[in-house]
Amino acid sequence: MNMYNDIVMDHFMNPRNVGEMKEPDGIGIYGSPTCGDLMQIHIKIEDDVITDAKFKAYGCGSAIASSSMATTLIIGLKVEEALKLTNGEIVDKLEGLPEAKIHCSVLADMAIKKAIFDYAESNDKHYDALKGFDPYEMQEEEHVCICGKDEES
Amino acid sequence: MEKRNVYMDYSATTPLKGEVLDAMMPYLKENYGNPSSIYSKGIESKEAIKQSRTKISRLIGSKSDEIYFTSSGSEADNWAIFGALKGNGKHIVTSKIEHPAILNTLSYLETKGYDVTYLDVNESGLVNPDDLEKAIRDDTALVTIMMANNEIGTIQPIQKLVKLAHDKNVLFHSDAVQALGNIPVDVNKLGVDMMSFSAHKIYGPKGIGALYIKEGIEIENFVYGGGQENGKRAGTENVPAIIGFGKAAELAMNCLKEHVCHCLDLRNYLADELYAAVFDSHVNGTMLDRLPGNLNVSFDYAEGEAILLMLDYMGISVSTGSACGSSDSVPSHVLTAIGVPESRIHGTIRFSIGCFTTKDDVDYVVKAVKEVTKKLKELSPLK
Repeated sequence: MNMYNDIVMDHFMNPRNVGEMKEPDGIGIYGSPTCGDLMQIHIKIEDDVITDAKFKAYGCGSAIASSSMATTLIIGLKVEEALKLTNGEIVDKLEGLPEAKIHCSVLADMAIKKAIFDYAESNDKHYDALKGFDPYEMQEEEHVCICGKDEES
Repeated sequence: MEKRNVYMDYSATTPLKGEVLDAMMPYLKENYGNPSSIYSKGIESKEAIKQSRTKISRLIGSKSDEIYFTSSGSEADNWAIFGALKGNGKHIVTSKIEHPAILNTLSYLETKGYDVTYLDVNESGLVNPDDLEKAIRDDTALVTIMMANNEIGTIQPIQKLVKLAHDKNVLFHSDAVQALGNIPVDVNKLGVDMMSFSAHKIYGPKGIGALYIKEGIEIENFVYGGGQENGKRAGTENVPAIIGFGKAAELAMNCLKEHVCHCLDLRNYLADELYAAVFDSHVNGTMLDRLPGNLNVSFDYAEGEAILLMLDYMGISVSTGSACGSSDSVPSHVLTAIGVPESRIHGTIRFSIGCFTTKDDVDYVVKAVKEVTKKLKELSPLK
């Protein structure tokens, strides 16, 4: 018996695409160790297609598993398609997370968006799905812990 | 490394001892009489309860009719608090590191107009007696401070604290659920008016606890109904569980010294080995006034639940110091109160050792923790 299903446990115990790149085209970091979760993703982009993704994560089982699953989902996708990926889809692909853990999957979703934003900024690219997305503003706001915190309120 | 099942969460609950189960069995089978019935079958049950009460009273140095059975330690805590709030007292003093059975009861009472003072603890987890003295007011109805903490094992100077409360004519309750069977608990020496206990922390069954109420202390009854528990807590007695509690108390009393030595040796061995094996680890709380089987450690670069899951996969059962998204809240109020930084609280594991733990178990756990924290550190973006 385990609190997570077999797919989640597999991605947690054997996470895919772990690591860092020497020269990534985009870097996204989301979360905070104070909140107990932090994800970093490096992406490689060629002709508007994500050709590779590597991640590192500090966090609970669902944060690591959803980060791992997210990298497998975006490799091979067009940037515009990857931007449409939601945390709900990540959870679906994992065939579910415990209710209180759903929020942990937002980490991966946001880190990917930040990595693409980073790529777009340094390559002067514009994607419709990034309109209104401003990671600098997000960082300036008082950091809100996503993973688990909603339970207490 | 060969997989091995190691239970190292004795503070959460303990396995039932074989002798306890044997003592309980007749009361689950042929001896099913209601203790209130006046024919033989009933009287047998009544007599067995009486003997159990005596066994528990011997362990804590009380009279047997000062022991009142409850369904759990939490119920005993609730009863002590609600029961003490008769009369005009509108103020209660407690510590910041109490069990939720105390803290959540008190926060409910705050919504009903009661005033609660939560005493700080130092980095060892100890209450400062001077703070208690200052906190007591004319309208203080009760002081409730735990004997030993469930997360970091800190043992409070109860005797000293009781004296301060009594100097001002205030009742003193202590939750001794973690202390019982792990350190000497003598209610007369401590001087407490009320004390809570639970059977499943001392190798007895779940679903049975007790409240010690000192002779002459009048508190409100808790459950109205029949005349059980001297008319103070109604409900047909959980006879098999009470018998189990009594047997567990008897065994705890007979082996207390050996038990303390056994736990202390293995706990200190675990602490030393972990410190040597995992560079980025930190023990939380003092190593002095601490339960013999408790070790609470924070690991940098690895999150608690992730460590717990990987250890579970390797057959090891431990607890975390915080639970991301779990119902029992984030992060630990105890570790926060002793000043552990939040980023470190997230990487905390509580190891609790008990009478069935062996040196081989500890060796296996150290190896597993080393492997797991190394793996998680490699996965972590933190440096």
